[in-house]
Amino acid sequence: MSTPLISARGLTKKFGDFTAVNGIDFDVYKGESFGFLGPNGAGKSTAMRIIGATSQRTSGTISILGKDPEINGPQIRAHLGVVPQQDNLDMQLSVTENLYIYGRYFGLPRKFVKQKVEELLAFAQLEEKRDAKVENLSGGMKRRLTIARALVSEPEILMLDEPTTGLDPQARHILWDRLFRLKEQGVTLLITTHFMDEAEQLCDRLIVMDKGSIMAEGSPATLIKDYSSKEVLELRFGSDRNQAVADQLRSMCERIEELPDRVLMYTEDGEELLERVYAANLHPKTSLVRRSSLEDVFLRLTGRTLIE
Amino acid sequence: MAVAIADARAGKRGERVYSGRVLQLLERGYIAFKSSTYMIVISGFLEPVLYLLSFGYGIGKLLPTIAVGGETIKYAAFIAPALLATSAMNGAIYDSTMNVFFKLNHDRIYHGMLATSMGPLDVALGEIGWALIRGFSYACAFMVVIAPLGLVVSAWGLLAIPAAVLIAFGFASCGMAVTSYMKSFQQLEIVNMILLPMFLFSGSFYPITVFPQWLQFVVNLLPLSHAIDLVRGLCLGHINFGLAGHALYFVVMIVVGLFFTTKRLNALFMK
Amino acid sequence: MSIINIRQGSLVLVDAAKVQSRGAIYVAQARIRQMMKWIWMILGIAIANPVLYLISVGIGLGGLIDKSVGSAGVDGVKYLTFLAPALLAQAAIQGTMDETVFPTLEGFKWHKTFYSMNSTPLTGTQISYGVFLTALFRAFYTVVLYFIVMWLFGAVNSPRAWLAIPTAIFAGASFGALMQALAGRLEDENIFFVVLGRFVMMPLFMFSGTFFPLTSMPFFLQWIGWISPLWHATELGRHLTYGHEVSPTMVWVHFIFLGIMLVAGLFFSARIFTKRLAK
Ligand SMILES: Nc1ncnc2c1ncn2[C@@H]1O[C@H](COP(=O)(O)OP(=O)(O)O)[C@@H](O)[C@H]1O
Ligand SMILES: [Mg+2]
Repeated sequence: MSTPLISARGLTKKFGDFTAVNGIDFDVYKGESFGFLGPNGAGKSTAMRIIGATSQRTSGTISILGKDPEINGPQIRAHLGVVPQQDNLDMQLSVTENLYIYGRYFGLPRKFVKQKVEELLAFAQLEEKRDAKVENLSGGMKRRLTIARALVSEPEILMLDEPTTGLDPQARHILWDRLFRLKEQGVTLLITTHFMDEAEQLCDRLIVMDKGSIMAEGSPATLIKDYSSKEVLELRFGSDRNQAVADQLRSMCERIEELPDRVLMYTEDGEELLERVYAANLHPKTSLVRRSSLEDVFLRLTGRTLIE
Repeated sequence: MAVAIADARAGKRGERVYSGRVLQLLERGYIAFKSSTYMIVISGFLEPVLYLLSFGYGIGKLLPTIAVGGETIKYAAFIAPALLATSAMNGAIYDSTMNVFFKLNHDRIYHGMLATSMGPLDVALGEIGWALIRGFSYACAFMVVIAPLGLVVSAWGLLAIPAAVLIAFGFASCGMAVTSYMKSFQQLEIVNMILLPMFLFSGSFYPITVFPQWLQFVVNLLPLSHAIDLVRGLCLGHINFGLAGHALYFVVMIVVGLFFTTKRLNALFMK
Repeated sequence: MSIINIRQGSLVLVDAAKVQSRGAIYVAQARIRQMMKWIWMILGIAIANPVLYLISVGIGLGGLIDKSVGSAGVDGVKYLTFLAPALLAQAAIQGTMDETVFPTLEGFKWHKTFYSMNSTPLTGTQISYGVFLTALFRAFYTVVLYFIVMWLFGAVNSPRAWLAIPTAIFAGASFGALMQALAGRLEDENIFFVVLGRFVMMPLFMFSGTFFPLTSMPFFLQWIGWISPLWHATELGRHLTYGHEVSPTMVWVHFIFLGIMLVAGLFFSARIFTKRLAK
């Protein structure tokens, strides 16, 4: 295997006594799409900021493009495109000016930036808003602009911290499509998310994080294979009865999870299991058979759901 | 119980804009005040004192006395009433512009308030009432500083305190009315841009009689010059009908200001 | 639906070495672009301010003072002449303060633009210097405009008076650098503005010998002037515009005081910016 673009060992970040990132190891290779999946507060953004060479680690080692961010921060950042969790656009400037100025920060020639800005406006579908003040854009437009801005330098690594949080479903799908095309062009993607569907759609490989630590690592498919069954049967008996029937259900399959509003049953064949449930004279109010997802992996690993 | 209060004014005139709940709003102001920093409170009092110390002492050495109304008085005694009037204005303007603007546009506090049985006039009076309480305390505190220094020549000077409250009321009503029409923070800057020339030309530091006729005429239209003349007249014991005219000026400001504030808040929230 | 081409890639085009040497200028360019959106308002205030003060205090109050002090004058000259250099320095200080404090708060807190700058090859030190350069630019044109107004009012009485322009900017730079460092550490700005306005700016304005000689203040209040960049710059300005007497030693003292403030301000500001960004 080739040498990784990013390689971390025992990476740790403390804020005072609080450990936000707790000794994590990972490698990211050229051209892959690598994800950090975890609930709010897992330490994803903190890890991203260390990789982005803007936040100092407390201990451990990390090398990005073969360099140490502590020593070569600017040289590393020259090759990164960063989309922070919260848009930090320049509210007083126009859409075009935001892109242009940001390109200039990389020391890019004026001519190149001007041409790039036109491309990016088309990419982000903001041509009609080119002279609008950023203050007056909608949330989705701001997000697209932030992503376009990260591309102005044609980065080798594009880092996106929760790229679609706060976007409507349609906007999310458009964005996923764009990111997919960038990947096809060989851009290495680093994505954090607390949406399991986003992780499944976009990531070749991911780490599942919780409370600053890595819980598991692998491709979405292998993670599901390793930590969950093929199918899941979701049953609702009404909040007062879920617990009462749980013991009976437990004996009917490999594993169950009781959530406040429903019971999840893990099995290789959901329909068949549902029939057995009915046969046992248990009548759920609603039932749903689905394939296992990363959500189930997370539940298995931590006993909690991704979105609380 | 709550219903009884809300109903108390039902059927009375103006029930749509006023529910008689000013006290509750003042209470909110008090709670917010308690949690604000003492620095801010103290600083409002400090402002006129620093001016007095600097100008009264420093300029007083260059210009020991000044002639007003055929009488020669100490320079410090000349500026002290003006500083009282100006600080009443500044406090009221700050409370009714900056403060109100943020509540209106950022914190959205009024949305919550007006979703209850309160009307816009309650909100306006509550906000302004708080500005008045502050103005009153600052005026008293300033009096305590200047009276022992012999800068209040006449016993009429005691009336300068209610006069300061009246001035604050006038500025706060108009300030709030103007603010309720503002859309951006930059527009607020305009308020500050008007305040500076008004402060510099309204006769705080010397009688406006040094100006040419036309400029005197313009200055006499400005509210601050009426405020200064009113307070100065009282502190120096120059009592005449002119003072009533100055007071009337502020009564008109209060009425006009409240009218437009209520109207605007109604349009904004009671659609 | 258009896609973008990643053609040359950052490997070829991005020039980290160029950014290393010119980063602060890039930041200043962006800041100046923002400033240009308000430039008419800034220029309006920059002209209106001296005109209003010089007429109201310089001529209005000055007329009475000149009559009162007679031929001795204030420090030997007309009050207007005495006042003008102080207001010149004050204009520089106000200009740099506005242009350091607000952008710093915006960058760290309001819009977090410094964090986006820092995600490019730009460093905290460069961002801090870039903001400072912009403030210098604003001080420069504000002071030049003020000086022209002063001259039109007849408050310039010496051929080398124009040298008061750089000394005023120097004071603005010193104070601005310090304020920038302070603003860089700020978490809660509401109280800061009140404290800054009423406990720092106002006392400095009132007690730096701006409106009357500092020596006419009681001794226990004169120290405010000594630590005030405004007083140091005013002394130099008065010396240059009408020959106010300042001993050569004191000229050095004024320069060294402002110089130390400037260097310390820049040093701490760069450090504070870097640390806060890397948190
Ligand atoms: N600057 C900071 N100071 C103190 N604590 C922080 C700071 N940034 C993040 N944290 C804490 O570190 C933890 C991880 O935060 P973060 O990396 O933002 O998580 P995520 O992005 O996975 O939601 C959280 O508990 C957060 O409160
Ligand atoms: Mg995060």
